[in-house]
Amino acid sequence: MKKTNVVKFIKRLAVIALFAPLAALASEGVHLEKAPVSTDQKNLQSGARLFINYCLNCHGASAVRYNQLQKIGLDEKTITDNLLFTGEKTGDLMTVAMSREDAEAWFGTAPPDLSLIARAKASESGSGADYLYTYLRSFYRDPARPTGWNNTVFANVGMPHALWDLQGVQTLKETTDDNGHKVQELALSKSGTMSKETYDQAVADLVSFLVWMGEPDAGSRETIGVFVLIFLAGLYVLTHKLGKNYWKDIH
Amino acid sequence: MAANTNYEKYRSNGTLLGNVLEWVDARFPATSLWKAHLSEYYAPKNFNFWYFFGSLAIVVLAIQIVTGIFLTMNYKPDGTLNAYGIPTAFASVEYIMREIAGGKFIRYFHSTGASAFFIVVYLHMFRGMLYGSYRKPRELIWIFGVLIFLCLMAEAFMGYLLPWGQMSYWGAQVIINLFSAIPFVGPDLSLLIRGDYVVSDVTLNRFFALHVIAVPLVLIGLVVAHILALHEIGSNNPDGVEIKKFKDEKGIPLDGIPFHPYYTIAHDLPATVIFLFFFCAVVFFAPEVGGYFLEYNNFLPADPMKTPPHIAPVWYFTPFYSMLRAMVWNFFWLDAKLWGVIAMGGGVVILAFLPWLDRSPAKSIRYRGSIFKTLLGIFVVGFLILGFLGMQVPGYLFFGRSWLPGDVIAQIFTVYYFLFFLTMPYWSKIDKCKPVPERVTFK
Amino acid sequence: MSDQKVDSERRALILATSAAGGVAVAAAAVPFVASLAPSERAKAAGAPVVADIGKLAPGEKMVVKWRGKPVWILRRTPEMLASLEKVADRVSDPASEKSDQPDYAKNTARAVKDEYLVVVGICTHLGCSPSDKIKPGNAEGMPADWQGGFFCPCHGSQFDLAGRVFKAMPAPTNLEIPPYTYLSDTSILIGEDPKEA
Repeated sequence: MKKTNVVKFIKRLAVIALFAPLAALASEGVHLEKAPVSTDQKNLQSGARLFINYCLNCHGASAVRYNQLQKIGLDEKTITDNLLFTGEKTGDLMTVAMSREDAEAWFGTAPPDLSLIARAKASESGSGADYLYTYLRSFYRDPARPTGWNNTVFANVGMPHALWDLQGVQTLKETTDDNGHKVQELALSKSGTMSKETYDQAVADLVSFLVWMGEPDAGSRETIGVFVLIFLAGLYVLTHKLGKNYWKDIH
Repeated sequence: MAANTNYEKYRSNGTLLGNVLEWVDARFPATSLWKAHLSEYYAPKNFNFWYFFGSLAIVVLAIQIVTGIFLTMNYKPDGTLNAYGIPTAFASVEYIMREIAGGKFIRYFHSTGASAFFIVVYLHMFRGMLYGSYRKPRELIWIFGVLIFLCLMAEAFMGYLLPWGQMSYWGAQVIINLFSAIPFVGPDLSLLIRGDYVVSDVTLNRFFALHVIAVPLVLIGLVVAHILALHEIGSNNPDGVEIKKFKDEKGIPLDGIPFHPYYTIAHDLPATVIFLFFFCAVVFFAPEVGGYFLEYNNFLPADPMKTPPHIAPVWYFTPFYSMLRAMVWNFFWLDAKLWGVIAMGGGVVILAFLPWLDRSPAKSIRYRGSIFKTLLGIFVVGFLILGFLGMQVPGYLFFGRSWLPGDVIAQIFTVYYFLFFLTMPYWSKIDKCKPVPERVTFK
Repeated sequence: MSDQKVDSERRALILATSAAGGVAVAAAAVPFVASLAPSERAKAAGAPVVADIGKLAPGEKMVVKWRGKPVWILRRTPEMLASLEKVADRVSDPASEKSDQPDYAKNTARAVKDEYLVVVGICTHLGCSPSDKIKPGNAEGMPADWQGGFFCPCHGSQFDLAGRVFKAMPAPTNLEIPPYTYLSDTSILIGEDPKEA
């Protein structure tokens, strides 16, 4: 716990020091909700299950191997028995069964590979996780679309609402507020198998997993970083003293 | 009789190491090179903070070369799609990041090194402007430096195509199309650079070849020339006075101290450690630096059918990119596109003329007048604002205010940038300078 | 520097800084050296493979790829097994003392079940893959007293039907036996030791 706090502090400090002036000037975009990203193994495992059951039918994650899931605490037997399709090995990449031609025919465009999606979707409006968290909770019924679904974050998206049986069906209500701005509001018209809170948590887990997938060992990178910085700080003290010692020759 | 050859000059002290060195010295100028460039290269004793960045640039160059060599072992310059529909080059970068032990650190060191290179080089160049390091007799050192900067831009630009992400692809597409603005030969020139009608696998392959061997060779050659020229003349200093004017009976400048160990160990080594501290802080904790060092859209594989909604070069190119975009007028029978290219290229090339544009009696800002200080201050602010605007979409408004239009402000500072240089022969001459001391000031 | 007085503090600091610098260089070298090792992809490609030996007829050989190397599975007839005794005094390491094999395959037949030879088809000399000379006699261009085995085309090493190298051959040791385990009577998992072992 302590270590992550140190890490967060250093991170924040570095970013503020470097780019605070720019961030202050940056313009505002779409409103995204802050995603409650977790690095807890329990959340990541639940996210991995959702990912494999709901996303992997159409989207690949071709940079990730199933056996990498051992890093989020799943053992090899669990992976083989519960997560693999028949004939796959734990060393296999998480690829998609659907061919690209079929995908393009069905959705108009091949569904993107999701290995890096959490990193790619970051913008000035928020982190990639914020985007995905908002996006996956913003599908609504739209009979005008070929899939029957639309999304307030990604208008006219080609993807149908893959998690609709969990969330239920939302409808869009557009109103105009006192200032004349359009306000979009989503309301549940048919409930799914999950309550709103459970669904939000499920999406949070899924998003946490997508973030993890973007760089599976980000945690160990930061752990090593703490040691590296401490070492360099010590080395600085030494070299500084050595420098002072030499510099006293100069008058 | 005076000793002439290295063999006569550098005799063994009787130890084994001394014997080996004597053997080598008789055949290779080892000791004399060491003395000429380090232990008996006398640098002014009043170097300050600004003098770290030359050494740091060499440190970054070394980082880039070593990490680059290891990246080429697993990177594949192949734009064709693999079995999963991902371009092979893009997938090979992720392969390095995920499947090679330590690969992630090698890659982040290289990507962070690219930005760090520009940070230290920009600061190094600014040092030159502060203290008049480009003035006679150091014109050639400065020109070598400008050439290094050009090479570095080419190196960074071509390296940026290699990850084969959306920004790599469309950035290269836009910049290569700049060349097509050149009259008569332009369109053919772009075609020759790409080797195809759009940026493609062919372009990727040749950029890889240029990035990993051709440009680095030129770059290293220029760095050697830059240092040889510097060591021939001797370093400038924050007072902008020549230390070689006052020498002791042995011919050693009174205000000079041996570069080694006083600058290598006492001055630059602690600075290098501090630099590495910040460098590692980025690598280990924020390698993307909020999308500035690694752009978010570059985590999407290159798609020749779809341009991302907002493309901007990496931060180190944006001041010059702003100058490109600022040119929207057709004049002198040339169209705006060509003027944009001229502004962008001219912005770099004009630096090479600095030694002849500056007519001030004093070299260092310490003894220059208020005109220089004011104009240089505005120049720096303007350059930073151009850099900021280069990252924004066209039509950007500061603080969302319609009376602070980014496009117009970019035009103002672009014009200022060029006027700063072009009018320098006039204002540098009339500026009221303070008297320059004979010797360096040293507390 | 020899011409000036080096004070003891400076000497201590130089020593400490050099030591710390050495540590830094060694630590920095770790990712570079580590990057040279087989990647996750290579490891995944080198994962154990299952060979189905149900359809292998007596006297026949099949080849399975494991870690990019050919692994031979030869179903030996009783005559072939008998030939191993006949050449025992002509092979250089009859008991496979100096050769590479799991303990459970360190016997005359060099196999878990004598009938099936599982062996890496890479000559222990310089890495060529030997050719089949399974039939005895000069049927395959070998001498008349040839009992059947393998012959490396690169430098002429000869091996018997248990992969044992004959005396006075360039290859130093017998062919390597990979770890393997029987999943059932008709399927072998190559690349993994039996669970009990």
